[in-house]
Amino acid sequence: MTRDEIFAKVRSTLVDALSVDDDQVTPNARLKADLGAESIDFLDIVFRLEKQFGVQIPREELFPESIFQGDATYVSNGMVTPAGLQALEKQMPYADLSEFKKDPRLDKVEDLFTVDLITRYLETKLAKN
Amino acid sequence: MRWTWIDRFTAFESGKSATAVKNLSLAEDYFADHFPGFPVMPGPLILEGLAQTGGILVGEANNYQKNVVLAKMNNVKFHREAMPGEQLTYTTTLVDLNETGARVQATAHSGTELLAEAEILFAHVSAAQLPPGLADTKFVFSGELAHLLRMAEAVQPAPKG
Repeated sequence: MTRDEIFAKVRSTLVDALSVDDDQVTPNARLKADLGAESIDFLDIVFRLEKQFGVQIPREELFPESIFQGDATYVSNGMVTPAGLQALEKQMPYADLSEFKKDPRLDKVEDLFTVDLITRYLETKLAKN
Repeated sequence: MRWTWIDRFTAFESGKSATAVKNLSLAEDYFADHFPGFPVMPGPLILEGLAQTGGILVGEANNYQKNVVLAKMNNVKFHREAMPGEQLTYTTTLVDLNETGARVQATAHSGTELLAEAEILFAHVSAAQLPPGLADTKFVFSGELAHLLRMAEAVQPAPKG
């Protein structure tokens, strides 16, 4: 499956799950800030992607929400520490962290969850299968 | 307040499907206000009944060890109103189940007529996700619902065909 084909399927999945229009789902669209996703929508999206692509997506693999919970070494004064960035890179190798690294505020982590992130994740995942 | 919106399970197949019925009596309080002179069952109460039927289906799949919480409904459609005197049949089918939650397809029929349908998303809520200090960390399948669970256990899978 080419990247464009993956993107097209991701787009239709998000249109169904979030009741948004086709043209809102651009590669750079952020799930929360731009498409209005709430935390529970992430569960919905994962179920739909599993069906659409015939893959298993283990908890926390695509959306590792809990990465910073309970470990003070990863976050200090609302900023992600270098150790935290390393952990993020390890857990989300398909994420583009270059912008985030310039201003690694914890409350900006959710902006990493873009349409493109899902596409890249699935690209990696399907290549392994 | 009692918040049980199904009367009885009529079929239950673990991890697959559950069917329950709800009898609508004009004596039920909400008919007086919804609406005066034109009693119809409020749509959200039909959805609540579907969610209770499906929620128990999801809960039973893990032996009621997880808190199953209604999270989201997709593609909800109401085809016509439900009137006093009708018996609604709530049929729920498990579509997806994993550690995080579950998805259920649900319909409400009166006889053979489709009244409402929805896709229901449930989330499993772990003890760590609950507010601190909660006395009962398994708060879903207790109290009133425990009675329904015993009813669910007493019924068999629906006959094939």
